[in-house]
Amino acid sequence: MNILKFFTAGSVDDGKSTLIGRLLYDTDSILADQLEAIQNANRKNDDGTVDLAILTDGLRAEREQGITIDVAYKYFQTDQRKFIIADTPGHIQYTRNMVTGASTANLAIILVDARNGVVEQTIRHSYLVSLLGIKHVVLAVNKMDMVDYSETVFNAIEQKYKTLAEELKLQEVTYIPVSALKGDNIVHQSDRMLWYKGDSLLRFLEEVETSMAQQSDKARMPVQWVIRPQTDELHDYRGYAGRVVSGTFKVGDKITVLPSGASSTISKIEFFNQELEEVSSGQSVTIHLSSDVDISRGDTIVNSSALPQESKLIEADLCWMDTKALDTSIIYLLQHNSKVTKCKIAEVIYKVDINTLEKHSADEFKLNDIGRVVLKTADNLPFDFYSDSKANGAAILIDSRTNLTVGATMFRALA
Amino acid sequence: MSKYNFDYLDELEAEAIHILREVAGQFEKPALLFSGGKDSITLVRLAEKAFRPGKFPFPLVHIDTGHNFEETIEYRDRMVARLGERLIVGSVQASIDAGKVVEQKGKNASRNALQTVTLLDTIEQHQFDACIGGARRDEEKARAKERIFSVRDEFGQWDPKRQRPELWNIYNGKIHKGENVRVFPISNWTELDVWNYIRREKIELPSIYFAHEREVITRNGQLMAASSYVNMDEEDVVERKKVRFRTVGDISCTAAIESDAFLIDDIIDEISRSKISERGARMDDKVSEAAMEDRKKGGYF
Ligand SMILES: Nc1nc2c(ncn2[C@@H]2O[C@H](COP(=O)(O)OP(=O)(O)O)[C@@H](O)[C@H]2O)c(=O)[nH]1
Ligand SMILES: [Mg+2]
Repeated sequence: MNILKFFTAGSVDDGKSTLIGRLLYDTDSILADQLEAIQNANRKNDDGTVDLAILTDGLRAEREQGITIDVAYKYFQTDQRKFIIADTPGHIQYTRNMVTGASTANLAIILVDARNGVVEQTIRHSYLVSLLGIKHVVLAVNKMDMVDYSETVFNAIEQKYKTLAEELKLQEVTYIPVSALKGDNIVHQSDRMLWYKGDSLLRFLEEVETSMAQQSDKARMPVQWVIRPQTDELHDYRGYAGRVVSGTFKVGDKITVLPSGASSTISKIEFFNQELEEVSSGQSVTIHLSSDVDISRGDTIVNSSALPQESKLIEADLCWMDTKALDTSIIYLLQHNSKVTKCKIAEVIYKVDINTLEKHSADEFKLNDIGRVVLKTADNLPFDFYSDSKANGAAILIDSRTNLTVGATMFRALA
Repeated sequence: MSKYNFDYLDELEAEAIHILREVAGQFEKPALLFSGGKDSITLVRLAEKAFRPGKFPFPLVHIDTGHNFEETIEYRDRMVARLGERLIVGSVQASIDAGKVVEQKGKNASRNALQTVTLLDTIEQHQFDACIGGARRDEEKARAKERIFSVRDEFGQWDPKRQRPELWNIYNGKIHKGENVRVFPISNWTELDVWNYIRREKIELPSIYFAHEREVITRNGQLMAASSYVNMDEEDVVERKKVRFRTVGDISCTAAIESDAFLIDDIIDEISRSKISERGARMDDKVSEAAMEDRKKGGYF
């Protein structure tokens, strides 16, 4: 069994929280005491049925205002698969929270209200999905009950979205007509839309292929920690602990340590009490080398036959996440895997109007702004492009005055 | 990752190990909060996988309410001896004796709330800058909202409206002096995942997790251990029942469930079929809809 991580996006009131509640409810994933708690809550639907959205709106302020402010994670499983859902906020002011939920997802469910079709928010969310490189999109046309379950309405929205998906180069889009409130096509196939021949949402989620197809096969492991017991029996033990972010390492492979450029050979791969012949993307292990090289946290071990990019000047997409605007005159910290280096924004190339997708020049970069910049780092950074490797192609920016995470960057080109 | 036959438990495990190593790499004085419950026992196994054959780069810290199940303390001491790691005990009794907190009164009195003060004192005394805990997002709806690296101010407070964005697998542990970070490596595990992992890893647990005979009383519809730590009066009827505990905390706030589950397979079976959440057996969460959020804002885990 494997795990599918997905998130929901859409405008306020399109029914994101209701849809998640419905998925949980109809898969029998809501436990009795939790159900009792929502049945006793003050918030009810107009027809008096329980409001399933309360399940994810976990903060007092959210329940009071009836909106989602921050990501909530929910978990459920079926016989096929385990699911981790991020219920993300739709408001533009909480875009950074949405990006948080989306950054680890392999699939996005974008909701539209059947009555309104594709709106500005749909464009913005779809743009973020393409920016973050999320491979699968489900366009869930919700509230079909409000449009008499009309095939014509659904088809018109599908056509409209197809144009957008092409423009944004979204790779795989699946269109499903649903009613989160009534439960149509969420878990059970609806008998009110017999014209729809596709799978219910859950069925689709259970079966969609999740292999990290777009991920690079170049072996990389950022070193997080050096294990040195320094006891009598293990006097010379030196193990480099980290998580392989892409590709496969095998015992005997020639490797290069970056940024120093030193090379060596893998003599042993350990995982707790086991010795492994090889390790692949996703695994946390300990690597031993055949020769003494100077390695510490922040270095990256890579396969010598597939070296990464190395540069101090990188063109990157930037999402700004702080209430204080970007300041090109100050030095930020850039955290890329286990490495932290000083960084300036050398140039703002353009900013994207995320409602119209137009690019224009900008002097200011404020909260929730997105655009292309040139990063200038103090140390050489061994990286891959984000389109090849999410893990080795992304970094965060930290403001060292406040210690806040102020930006998310995705590496696109050498500058 | 299906290509490598990397199962979901492997994936959760690898993520947790990565997080533990980030704590080791990013902080000066981290600590692992060990409650004696299955989640923190799981954390200890993950720490072994992250750092052996080296030592843990942090001590284990137990906030001791003084109202423990005997079995958990025995277990704790045996485990610490086996690991050869350092244990620091923060005592709620000592906080009471020092007049820092006042014991609750009445029938449903519990030391659960008092723990927060002892925890914050222990953090301050040892200058811990990161505390690793076994909280999971599936436990409770406020927890479902918390980041994996959750920054707390000098007073331990969580501010849910000002959480830092947390992107990809990059964790920002930068803090100002006096602040600390609560770190939750098993955020993405469910109760069932923990049990499946314990079974797969053959991890030993305190015996109270398994069905046993015990004297209990019924309070607000829940079974509580009949113990000198629970304030009992004439109305309380002591009965002998076959029970087990689903979570382990202070005796006065942890309810038992009637169960015949004696083996781990029985437990997994029981949980898979259960219709009540694990925290449904915690009196402390029943107080109000925002009980957990409020406690977290006050410095609780
Ligand atoms: N008629 C109808 N109403 C819906 C449907 N889905 C959600 N709603 C209602 O739309 C409102 C907003 O839903 P909510 O899930 O909170 O939206 P969110 O802001 O996207 O999370 C609530 O009153 C829901 O009951 C649907 O399929 N049909
Ligand atoms: Mg919502």
